[in-house]
Amino acid sequence: MGNSFNTIAFYQDKCDGCGDCVPACSKHHTGTTDPAHSRIKVAKDAEENSYGIALCRQCGQPQCVMNCPSGALSKDRTSGVVKWDKDKCVNCQICTLACPYGGIAYNGKTDQVMKCNFCDGDPACVKACPRGALVLKQVASIFNAWGDLEDLVVPGLSACLGCNSEMLLRHTLRRIGPNVVVATPPGCIAGVGSVGFNAKTGLKTPVFHPLLTNTASMLSGARRYYKRIGRDVTMLAMAGDGGTADVGFQSLSGAAERGEQMIYICVDNEGYMNTGVQRSSTTPYGAWTSTTPVGSVLRGKTRDAKPLPLLMVMHNCEYVATASTAFMEDYYQKLGKAIEAAKKGMAYIHVFSPCPTGWRFPTGKLIEVSRKAVETNIVPLWEYEYREGRIRFTHPVDKPLPVQAYLSLIGKYKHLDEKQTAFIQEQTNRKIEMLRNLAKEGKKEEVSSAA
Amino acid sequence: MHHTKYLIVGSSHAGLSALDAIRLQDKEGSLTLVTQESCLPYSPTILPYVLSGQAQPDKVFLRDQQSLESLFVVFKPGAKVVAVDGKSRRVALQSGENIEYEELLLGTGAAPKLPPVQGLDAVPHHVLRTLEDALTLRSKIRKGGTALVMGAGLVGLHAAENLAKGGMKVGVVEALSQVLPGYFDEEASQMICRAFTDNDVRILLNEKASRVKGSDGQVTLILASGADLQAGVLVVATGVQPRVEYLKGSGVEVDQGILVDERMRTSVGGIWAAGDVAQARGFFEPSKVLNATLPNAVEQGRIAGMDMVDDPALKEYPGAVGMNTYKFFGHRAFSAGMIREGEGCEVEKVSLPEDFKYQKLVFKEDQLVGASGINSDLDPGIMVQLIRRKAYLGDVKARFCASPTDISRVMMTSLWR
Repeated sequence: MGNSFNTIAFYQDKCDGCGDCVPACSKHHTGTTDPAHSRIKVAKDAEENSYGIALCRQCGQPQCVMNCPSGALSKDRTSGVVKWDKDKCVNCQICTLACPYGGIAYNGKTDQVMKCNFCDGDPACVKACPRGALVLKQVASIFNAWGDLEDLVVPGLSACLGCNSEMLLRHTLRRIGPNVVVATPPGCIAGVGSVGFNAKTGLKTPVFHPLLTNTASMLSGARRYYKRIGRDVTMLAMAGDGGTADVGFQSLSGAAERGEQMIYICVDNEGYMNTGVQRSSTTPYGAWTSTTPVGSVLRGKTRDAKPLPLLMVMHNCEYVATASTAFMEDYYQKLGKAIEAAKKGMAYIHVFSPCPTGWRFPTGKLIEVSRKAVETNIVPLWEYEYREGRIRFTHPVDKPLPVQAYLSLIGKYKHLDEKQTAFIQEQTNRKIEMLRNLAKEGKKEEVSSAA
Repeated sequence: MHHTKYLIVGSSHAGLSALDAIRLQDKEGSLTLVTQESCLPYSPTILPYVLSGQAQPDKVFLRDQQSLESLFVVFKPGAKVVAVDGKSRRVALQSGENIEYEELLLGTGAAPKLPPVQGLDAVPHHVLRTLEDALTLRSKIRKGGTALVMGAGLVGLHAAENLAKGGMKVGVVEALSQVLPGYFDEEASQMICRAFTDNDVRILLNEKASRVKGSDGQVTLILASGADLQAGVLVVATGVQPRVEYLKGSGVEVDQGILVDERMRTSVGGIWAAGDVAQARGFFEPSKVLNATLPNAVEQGRIAGMDMVDDPALKEYPGAVGMNTYKFFGHRAFSAGMIREGEGCEVEKVSLPEDFKYQKLVFKEDQLVGASGINSDLDPGIMVQLIRRKAYLGDVKARFCASPTDISRVMMTSLWR
C-alpha cells in the first residue's frame, strides 16, 4: 500500500469557537489576518453551543482531484497534501461541489478557490489553537516508518479473537528490532504462541520461557553475559500482570534496585486470564473474576489494584511509563525512550491491556474499551524519567468522562451497584489527584552536590 | 490479437475514475485505455476555457504518458471502437484491429445533439465537444464580428460569453422560456440573463429556429416567429446525446443511453458503462435517466471500476443528484438536487436582485432535497452531501434556514467528519 499521511484532527467538544485558528491561517498564507483568506472556517450552532470547521482533510482519494477538469488539483504521494496549481486552475469551481467538507472554498477577495496546504507539515492553525481542539496527528508517520519493517512474529498465533497481546507483541518487536532476547514467562504472551509449538519458536528473534518467578533475574544474567562478550543486545521481558506484580515481583524488584539494563513490559490484563480468569493483585476493585465471584454476599473484588507503575518509579528505574494500544503514537514514543533508557538501567512500561475473553466484552470493542479507560482517567497515560525526577502526563484529560462510560462497556463490571460505582469514581479521582501532585513542578531550592 | 484483462473505452472522467478504482485493487492486471481522440486524456468541461484562452491547449491533459505507464496502462489514442461482440468478448476498432477483453467499460461519452432545423447540414456551424472543436471556434473569434448561439444551456452560455469577451456581437436563441432550465429556476435564470444583457449579449427566449441558410460567410437563422437573424459564426449547443451507434448488434440494451444497474453493469455480462453514455437510476426516482455531468461521470466510473475488480468497499449507485457550478461574467452559481419545488416541498429563498444574490433551499419533510444559489456563500459540496445522505434536519431545520452556511458546516463536522 501507499504511504500514510499525518492529518489535522478536530475535537469538536474541545472547540469553544474562539476562532484563533482563522487569523493564524490567513497570516501564514497572505501575511494579513483578513479572515477572507483563511483556509479554515469556524462555524457556530448557537443553540447547541457547538462548533464545526470547514477545512481540507487531504483525502486519500480526493474527490476534488477526481472532479477537476483542468488537472489543477493533485495528490502529492510524498507529502500527502492535495495541491492546487493556480496556473492550471480555470476557476470552474466544480471542486467546491465535489468536496464533502467545504475544504476547498471560494475566496471573494482573490476571485479564486483556496485550500489548506498543511503549512509544509507544521500547520499554523494547530499552533494557534489554545484549547487542543486542533491536533496534528502523526500516527501515519509511525506506520510509514515502521510498517515496512519485518514483522518479527511467525504466522500462526493462537491468541483469542480480539486479543490486545498479539497487536502489542507485533508492534513492540517491530519497534525494538531483531537485536533482542525476549523473555515471555507463563501467561498470555507465552500462551498466544510466542514461545512456539513443536520445538519451533513463535518469534523470529531469540525467545525463552522463564519461570513465572524469575523473568527479571534471568534477563539480568543474559544481559550481563552479552556485555561480557562485548555485544549490545536489548533484553526484553513481556510478562503478564500476574508474573509481574505477584510471583514475579521479587525478581523484578531486585533487578530494578540493582539497575539491571532491560526493558520490562507488563501486559496488564488485570488477572490470570489464560488459566481461567483468576484475580491477581492488579485486578481492580469491583471486578468479577472466577476467584472474586458475584453472588448474594460477594460483589466482585473487595480490594483495589496494586499501583505497580508507581512502585516501579519508587525503585529509581531509569524510565517508567504507562501506555495503551488505543494511543499508538504515545506508545511508540515511550518505546523509543525505553530503548535508550535500557542502555543505562531498567525501563518499565505498564501497558493497559483489556481482554475480551476474560473481561466479557465483544471482540470488536478492544480499542474503544482501551480509549474509554484513558478518557475516564481510570488509566492515566504518563511517563517518568529518572533524570527529570517527576511524572509527566502524556495525554492529559481535561474533561474526564464519568467512570460509568468505561465500566458499562465491560461484562466483569455489569453487577456493580451505585455505591460501588461511586466508590470507583472516588478512587479514580483520588488516584489522579495523587498523580497530579507528583507531576507538579515543585522545584524550590536544592543543595548543590559540590557543596 | 491484443488481449487485455480490462478494456476501458473513452479516456475522460468516467474512464479515468474507473482506471484508478481498478488499480487500487489490481496493481498489474493488463489494462488498456482506448480513445477516439488523438491526444492524451482531457475533460470536455475544459473546452469553454480553451475557447476563452484561459487554458492552454497543451496544458489541459489530465494524465501524461508517464503517469499512465507508471500504472501499467496501455494507452491507445486515435482508436475508435466500431463494434462490440459481448459473446466472444472482442471489440473492433475502425483501423481493423480487434481487442480481446475480459472486462469492458464503455465510457464513450456523448456527442452534440443537432436540432431538426432545416438547412443546418448545409451551412458551416460549430459545436463544442472536442479540443479540436474548441480550437476551431477560437480561431473564428474576431473583434467586431457577429455570432449566433443556438441553445442556452451551460455549453451555449459559456460559448456566448467567451465570444462576447473576444469582442463579438453575440445573440443566443433558446426555445424554452428560460436559460439553464436544468439547473436554475425562473427567478435565478432571469438574474443570469441580466448579466448577459448587461454585457451586450442578446438572449432571445421562446424562440425556435425553423430554417437556416448561409451565403458569403454569413449565416441567416429564420425563426418560427418570422424574424431572421444574421451572423458570421453559428454555434449549435442544443444538448448532447450518448454515443452508442457502435453497439448495434451487440445485444447491449440501449434506451436513450446504455441501460445500467446500480453497479453500472449493462445487460451483457462482462460489460459496464459509465458517464454521459450511461442511463442509470435517478436519485429521486428509480426510473433510468441520463445525467451528462462531470461529477456523475466520476462517480459512475468509480463504481464500475470497483465492481470490475470486486472491490468489497463498493456501495451501490444511489442515483445521480443533478448538480453543477457555473461561473459567468464575474458571478458564480451552483445548483444541486431539486430546483423547482414539487408537491409537498417547502422553500426557503433569499433573492436580492440589486446585490446580484440568490439562494434557494428546497425541503421535503425533514430533508433538504435541493439547493441553488448565485453569489451565495453556501458550500456546494456540503449541500450535495446533505441531499445525498438524506440528512434528517428535524429540530435543526429552523436554525438551518436562518443560517444555512454555519449550521451545515457544524452538521458536516458532526455527521461525516
